[in-house]
Amino acid sequence: MTSEALIEVRSLDIEFTTPDGLVRAGTGLDLDIHAGEFVGIVGESGSGKSQLLLALLGLNAKNGRLRGSIRYRGTELVGAGKNELGRIRGDRISMIFQDPMTALNPHLRIGRQLTEGLQRHRKTTAAAARARAVEMLRAVHLTEPERRLDQYPHELSGGMRQRVMIAMALICEPELILADEPTTALDVTVQAQILELLQELRQRFGTAVVMVTHDLGVVAQIADRVAVMYGGRIVERGDVDDIFYRSRHPYTEGLRRAIPRLGEDRAARLATIPGNPPNLAQLPRGCPFAPRCAYHMPRCDAEMPTLETVAGTHRKACFYDGPLADAPEVLA
Amino acid sequence: MLRYTLRRLLGAIPTMLVIISLAFVLLHAAPGGPFDAQKALPPEIKKSIEHTYHLDEPLYEQYGRYLVQILHGDFGPSYQYRGTRVNDLIAEGFPVDVGIGSIALALALIFGTAIGILAALRQNSVWDYLPMGIAMLGISIPSFVIAPVLILIFAVTLHWLPAGAWSGGDPSHLVLPALALAAPYTAYVARLMRGSMVEVLGSPFIRTAHAKGLPLRTIVLRHAIKPALMPLVSFLGPAVVGIITGSIVIETIFGLPGIGRYFVDGALNRDYTVVLGVTILYGALILLFNLLADLAYALLDPRIRL
Repeated sequence: MTSEALIEVRSLDIEFTTPDGLVRAGTGLDLDIHAGEFVGIVGESGSGKSQLLLALLGLNAKNGRLRGSIRYRGTELVGAGKNELGRIRGDRISMIFQDPMTALNPHLRIGRQLTEGLQRHRKTTAAAARARAVEMLRAVHLTEPERRLDQYPHELSGGMRQRVMIAMALICEPELILADEPTTALDVTVQAQILELLQELRQRFGTAVVMVTHDLGVVAQIADRVAVMYGGRIVERGDVDDIFYRSRHPYTEGLRRAIPRLGEDRAARLATIPGNPPNLAQLPRGCPFAPRCAYHMPRCDAEMPTLETVAGTHRKACFYDGPLADAPEVLA
Repeated sequence: MLRYTLRRLLGAIPTMLVIISLAFVLLHAAPGGPFDAQKALPPEIKKSIEHTYHLDEPLYEQYGRYLVQILHGDFGPSYQYRGTRVNDLIAEGFPVDVGIGSIALALALIFGTAIGILAALRQNSVWDYLPMGIAMLGISIPSFVIAPVLILIFAVTLHWLPAGAWSGGDPSHLVLPALALAAPYTAYVARLMRGSMVEVLGSPFIRTAHAKGLPLRTIVLRHAIKPALMPLVSFLGPAVVGIITGSIVIETIFGLPGIGRYFVDGALNRDYTVVLGVTILYGALILLFNLLADLAYALLDPRIRL
């Protein structure tokens, strides 16, 4: 692993003050993101994974509060001023959102939405920005790029819009792209195309990608490193192989087993994790997964396990140290 | 767009016909007649007057005659103001209404939007609660209360502005009526704008704009204002109507020579032609402004094709 980290997240807490009380979307999060790598963050809905992503750019909702530290190339982002964040957002770090239907402004032409970030961060003429926008639309394989610039988002399909979002995110050649479930809102065939495109562009521009998803299959395919989140905590992280073949956390194991596979006996029931994810407004004192865990011990209810080294960069937050039932099979 | 406009204008014809017919029937169904209020006339004189105005004919004949008349653009003679035609009353009074009305509308739009946007940007702070609280008062207090209070403060106590009357269109006479008329609409626009702005500012594409590193000013002016204006546009049709009819009350309080005064007198004295003429005019305006609001909607939102 390279020593130079783009992003260093240390003991990050993400909290929201709501009428239902304090919602802890992130607790004691630690994560490094290195130049050029693809990090997958997986977890169920409400595990806090999207909030972690938004926190990296200080984009959480107004009632949110960050504690701890997020450093981008040594610059502290937690508590940073609007100007400082504004210089980084869209230029050094940019973001792709889940739903391209709502993430583009329906009242502005594609061209304007593409160029405005460039014009904000670089000294360019309108004509040069437009030429660059055409170039980017070509890079994301949109047909008739010149014509697209004068169209409105509603004139494009969902897949095309997500390509526009990706072009928008890449236009300033950022070092890091944060992708919040970029394929969830798309058709299955389009999903594959978009992932392929992300991979292609990542290699071409050398951009690091952090992608939040609940699709383990996707992560297994393209991520270098994976962090598994549960109840606002990172419960296991490591190389993609650590997580998929040498997982040491019961939750990761449960997720992995819940992936449906082709050729499987159709009569067999899909493996599930019993119970529901915890309410982030009422987290238990100990491990948030304890109530659903097959390896539950009395200790799990009393204290939260910290992230301990398994081997190399592989970390897990679990007291149980024995083998997890049925040895992990090799994923297709 | 042109085809749509033409279709809407054609569609307005049956609507106008319904308005005219209903107003005609209701007016004539009301007890009394135009010449009852005056000193009891000898029966034969009253009969001869009614004959002159065709009021002795059966109602359907009068109705037919009236329709033919307005097709020629003639609203007929006023029964109350002898020798004056309704067209003249409208030509004389309507510009006054348009004057006060447009000033009031402009004030309401400019100040209402500005206050609404500023409140939305400072959501749930004093600068949100205070103006919105005042706006709630503004909506709740009718203009016939606001008007005398304004007169009391600015005319009677401070002597800054005249308390009423017209004096040949001196602009200082327009200020208080326009303010009184604008107040509730400013308040309403402010609350409407605040609500829609808060909603737009919370939408995903605004977060995208933030993620691009755009400054707040650009985000508000380029990304948020247009979608936030949409509810305001739909309110514009009814608002214009409200301001037109609201000016009737304001005119009466400030003694301005608009058509409102004739309308109120006409209704009290069964001056059929005046009331019908003004009703038709208002009806046409309402249809027109609703059409304009819809057209503006299409111009503002690229997703709407007419």
